[in-house]
Amino acid sequence: MTKITKADVEYVAALAQLSLDEVTKERLVGELSDILSYMDKLNELDTRDIEPMMHVLPMTNVYRDDVVGPSLDRETALMNAPKTDGEYFLVPRILDIE
Amino acid sequence: MARDWSSATGHEIHDALHHGTATASDITQSFLRRIEAVDGKVRAYVDIWKDHALKQAENVDSRLKRGQTIGPLAGVPFAIKDVLCTKHGHTTCCSRILKGYRSPFDATVIERLEQAGVVFLGKVNMDEFAMGSSTENSSVQVTRNPWDLKCVPGGSSGGSAAAVVADECVASLGSDTGGSIRQPAALCGCVGMKPTYGRVSRYGLVAFASSLDQIGPFTKDVEDLALVMNVISGRDERDSTSADIPVPNYSQALRDDISDITVGLPKEYYTDALNPEMRQKIESAVKILEARGAKVIEVSLPHTEYAIAVYYIICTAEASANLARFDGVRYGYRAPKVADVQEMYAKTKTDGYGREVQRRILLGTYVLSSGYYDAYYLKAQKVRALIRKDFEEAFQKCNVIATPTSPTPAFEIGAKTADPLEMYLSDIYTISVNLAGIPGLSVPCGLTQSGLPSGLQLLGKPFDEATLMRVAYAYEKNRGFDIGKPPLT
Repeated sequence: MTKITKADVEYVAALAQLSLDEVTKERLVGELSDILSYMDKLNELDTRDIEPMMHVLPMTNVYRDDVVGPSLDRETALMNAPKTDGEYFLVPRILDIE
Repeated sequence: MARDWSSATGHEIHDALHHGTATASDITQSFLRRIEAVDGKVRAYVDIWKDHALKQAENVDSRLKRGQTIGPLAGVPFAIKDVLCTKHGHTTCCSRILKGYRSPFDATVIERLEQAGVVFLGKVNMDEFAMGSSTENSSVQVTRNPWDLKCVPGGSSGGSAAAVVADECVASLGSDTGGSIRQPAALCGCVGMKPTYGRVSRYGLVAFASSLDQIGPFTKDVEDLALVMNVISGRDERDSTSADIPVPNYSQALRDDISDITVGLPKEYYTDALNPEMRQKIESAVKILEARGAKVIEVSLPHTEYAIAVYYIICTAEASANLARFDGVRYGYRAPKVADVQEMYAKTKTDGYGREVQRRILLGTYVLSSGYYDAYYLKAQKVRALIRKDFEEAFQKCNVIATPTSPTPAFEIGAKTADPLEMYLSDIYTISVNLAGIPGLSVPCGLTQSGLPSGLQLLGKPFDEATLMRVAYAYEKNRGFDIGKPPLT
């Protein structure tokens, strides 16, 4: 059973910012269909009255004072960046404004 | 020729250092020689920190020379899964997208072990971003099972398990999101533990699925496991999900007395999917617990068959969010020759991530996308609640649950790479534990006829690692055999 189409794969790839070639798209239609069909197993269960579990620990909000602590200096923060001007991260132009 | 220390446990090394029969430098040299001799075959290490390790060992030796006391792990050589941030060396998650990345900080577990005087030998291999069950998804190399070089070591912490079993370190750290510590520990033949969610700080662990991830140790015996857990457990201000619950002294919990223990055997785990030889190994192990005075009962975890579906919805959803941060701007790989920012993101991610990581990002994006969120993600969170309730009810009747760690022994390299779903199904006995957030460990329970290790998995109540370790210790002391060492040289 084909659960999803090539168009679905293209839509999700665009959301995930991946650019897939044709061969990969075809492969993923099959693989993702198999996996999603397997997941349909969950529909066997009636979960209408079940609270979804977001997290395993019982967590409550904790307040603390807003105190400035040590953080990375600029040099360290930039040391792994593919491109910088020594002060900022550099990326290709985003807006076409002269 | 100096004595070879590579097969020693941490507590043996501590005794030797304490009594002055060896120096930390000798011991570290011994492990560096061992790595040189066998890692060409095993391929566990992706980065060896020779000079750094020797410097750490010298620090321990100079403390000893000055007559200072040292802690139980001082001078003990460790390996680190490449998913943990370390200021020294690189932190790459064995992904092309993080090649060459240098962390500006140490993970909390690294900081604590360093304070305890541990010697770090280097970083070890893993499935890219901890996604996999065989370590074949590493972008660096394929790690071999020390018992049979044709077989996988398990995963995703395959390098951490193989390094311990091949005597290339005394202990190692790994991470476990769905079995990534326990399954390789079972397949390689060492002790491995996933602590309760929140027991160990995740600060500095590169996130895969944040509600499931947990750091834990691999060791040669349960005594060493307790020593490592004593150091790495406990609240950390930098991880808001680390629990503020007192940490007992795990070493003191190790008593060869389990007469007060009730062991539960979940009937849903003992099905036809379980390899008959593995079943027989687990049954023999349970008999030993029974002979030591434990009561054995059957329990039920009725939602077991839904766990894999729930897990691969939740973990891929969380992964798709966590991995969005690798965009080629602040760190990591950036694709060259791009026209604009959108193309930079897309080419960077597509070139930077391997096949399994891309598959999981797409799956996670799909189950979170508009129109499918309720059908997949919300549904999975509801069934997750049912799985947790199963364990709560089972633990009303027993203190620990005993199961196989893996349905089969190690499989051959390449055997499951063509079918991702088949690979996912090999996690059947480990993933419910992460969904429920409870602790679990794997302890070796013998070799199969073809000479491959098998593992007994013990599961416990939240934050009751002490009982788990006590039962594992009693089993280890009374199992009546030692699986020995793999025939590597």
